[in-house]
Amino acid sequence: MEFFKYTRAFNFMGKSKIALILSVFMVLASFVILMTKGLNYGVDFAGGTIVQVKYDRAAPIDEMRERLKSNELFDGASITKFGSVDEVVIRMKSTTSSISVDIGDVTRETLEGTGNYEIRRVDIVGPKVGNELKEKGMMSLVLAVIGILVYVAFRFEWRFAVASIIALVHDVSIALGAIALVGLDVNLDVLAALLTILGYSLNDTIIVFDRIRESVTGSKNTELSEVINESVTRTLARTTLTSLTTFFVVFMLFMFGGEIIHAFAFTLLVGVIVGTYSSIFVASPILLWFGFDIKAYHVKLAEKTKREVEKQKMREQFESGVM
Amino acid sequence: MKLNYRTVIFAIAIVFGVFFSAPSLLQLQDGKKITLGLDLQGGLHLLLGVKTEEATKSRIKSITASIKHFTEREDILVDALSFDESSITFTLLDIDDVKRVKNYLKDTTGISVDVNAESFLLELTPEEVIRTQKQAVDQAIETIRNRLDQFGLTEPVVARQGDEKILVQLAGIKTQEDEQRARELISRAAKLELMAVDEDRAARVQNMSHADAAAYGDIILDDVKNPAIKYLVREIPILDGGMLTDASMGFDQNNRPLINFKLNAEGAEIFGDFTGKNVGKRLAVVLDGKVYSAPNINERIGGGSGQISGSYTVEEAKDLAIALRSGALLAPIYVMEKRSVGPSLGADSIEASMVALIGGFVLVILFMMLYYRAAGVVANIALIANLFIILAVMSLFGATLTLPGMAGIVLTVGMAVDANVIITERIRELLLEGKSIHKAIEEGYANAVRAILDANITTLIAAIVLYAYGTGAIKGFAITISIGILASMLTAILGTHGIYQLLESKIHKSKNNNFWFGIRESK
Repeated sequence: MEFFKYTRAFNFMGKSKIALILSVFMVLASFVILMTKGLNYGVDFAGGTIVQVKYDRAAPIDEMRERLKSNELFDGASITKFGSVDEVVIRMKSTTSSISVDIGDVTRETLEGTGNYEIRRVDIVGPKVGNELKEKGMMSLVLAVIGILVYVAFRFEWRFAVASIIALVHDVSIALGAIALVGLDVNLDVLAALLTILGYSLNDTIIVFDRIRESVTGSKNTELSEVINESVTRTLARTTLTSLTTFFVVFMLFMFGGEIIHAFAFTLLVGVIVGTYSSIFVASPILLWFGFDIKAYHVKLAEKTKREVEKQKMREQFESGVM
Repeated sequence: MKLNYRTVIFAIAIVFGVFFSAPSLLQLQDGKKITLGLDLQGGLHLLLGVKTEEATKSRIKSITASIKHFTEREDILVDALSFDESSITFTLLDIDDVKRVKNYLKDTTGISVDVNAESFLLELTPEEVIRTQKQAVDQAIETIRNRLDQFGLTEPVVARQGDEKILVQLAGIKTQEDEQRARELISRAAKLELMAVDEDRAARVQNMSHADAAAYGDIILDDVKNPAIKYLVREIPILDGGMLTDASMGFDQNNRPLINFKLNAEGAEIFGDFTGKNVGKRLAVVLDGKVYSAPNINERIGGGSGQISGSYTVEEAKDLAIALRSGALLAPIYVMEKRSVGPSLGADSIEASMVALIGGFVLVILFMMLYYRAAGVVANIALIANLFIILAVMSLFGATLTLPGMAGIVLTVGMAVDANVIITERIRELLLEGKSIHKAIEEGYANAVRAILDANITTLIAAIVLYAYGTGAIKGFAITISIGILASMLTAILGTHGIYQLLESKIHKSKNNNFWFGIRESK
């Protein structure tokens, strides 16, 4: 089977203006959503308490609300369904730091008599820990980007590195915008998903860049936009197929992974789609705009080879004792 | 067919993968298995903070107690011996004693002594403060570990995190009662103090405020069972739990549980001295700031052993004895983070992610065979081998599989296909250009490997950063991703290449590129 049989290069760069407008619009929209609606930090980052309760029938949410009002520990608690009607999550901003006064025990006492239930999960994250997790999360994001930047600049050229980082920022911003739009709780797993998007989007971009580099060094064509068109078209089958298989798996997670993995899967789902789009339409045009010059690159490569040949010669001379 | 080193390595990798993942997959008794994270098997995760400032306070208190005992033994008259958070002050009545006290204090390490005529000002040195705080955390870790060991759980994790945090992970806690017991055992300060009841004023205790008591150098403590009963005791304890050497549960003559404790030589001497001088008075046995009993001293108690009676159950007495025996917490601890997962939730999570994993996997495998035909089958062999190798490596290292970790495996499955797709696409491309099978395979690999390496290394960089800076859940994710990437390089780059080399002559002979690679050559 061949969906993407190569016959001639598609004119992707011709569409880059439309893509630019679309991308700028989506990124700006994401920023606006992030600014106005903001991210919904979950307990992992904001600190707070989560108690997950599962009943053997539909959870009596109203009755639970009444009961919780009687204890000031539950001030400002919100009760929401979690996946199914018989499972609920009680969320609070407050935390208890005493080991002996446990919110799980208190909840059990408070809900006594509302039916058969089981307390399945109690998460308490103190504000200090939440802040630390946030800082560490940001730190890991920044460090990962720096690491990638250095590697790509070393393996390719600085314009490639900058272009891939812009594509990354593009993807992650849109994913964040989508998270804010849907109002997902941002927890550690969502952070993990964002970092995966980072790796995934990069993966895609690098494969395309690798092909561009190959074409640039190998072919006589000095028209960059044509080289890019050719390379993107050549890798199109791979980009789409891989995205498709990844999409399958993530989609399965989204559908059947259960409530706990829901936010994670949603974030990845957005990331896979945006990442595929950006590796085709966003990353490569940036090379063009940055004025990547094939001729200059050839000269540079030639110089590099020359230097290496000279070095080799020197080493040979040195080794054979002729200096 | 010709054997080549790639196929041999690949075969070894498969055998390795199957062999070492078997114990985990089949739940065998022997062999190293993957540990399931707390989110998958249920359990308790606690991040505890240590109130280190309390440790310096109690260090001050214990120095004060020893000064008091020394001066009493040597008949040195002391006035206004008192302490606060960071210093001790006292004045000697007889200036001739200054030298003796100074000499005695020389043996006490970590304090600065400031003498002005007869008045003394003692402070902990900054180094001593740091040392005490560090020791408090070390000791808390040791103590909690000891206590949990005796609790009968399998492999509790007690580890230091940063400067003053302690991570406690208890897997396999099944019931709420167990969790409660474990929490109490961990948090129990188990600070035993023997204090003298201020008999001169004890009758007035009900009408006294804490400030009144402080004016006499006393404090008011509640009874452990009945807070209405108050005791007026001297603030400087006679002894503290640091001199305790052993504690065990026993029974009194009425067969009620009690706790026997033993003191070390120094403690025994102080205890003997005190009881000898205070016959007829009461001695309060104070545990964690509550009075357990205040028996009359009938005679001098030598030998350094005593009892704490109170009306507890056998279970309570046993836990209390464990707590005392494994040492007091020098500083109280508090919860910074707690995550407890019930076993049923963990089972649900495993089930849900298994469904997703198997579902996604089957879809991918079918798709690959449909699209690439025989090449798809080769890719699928690599994919399955990849899964086994991930599980085997995780088992060997005893890595913990968490929910995000499972997501990581699911994702690796999706991404491991990538390398295979890149390779097969390259081979197809070359074949369509009219290259020979041999050339198409070798050049295809040469071209694809560079791209795969670049892409995988960048992802690996991200994963390593995640591992270094991430916490718990994220770490688990980073581990599976990293192992997955490395395994995928082995299986996709090396393994499939070997298979193609093995089959090369066959492919060459059959000339059926549609069967082998799913393409029709257009001429």
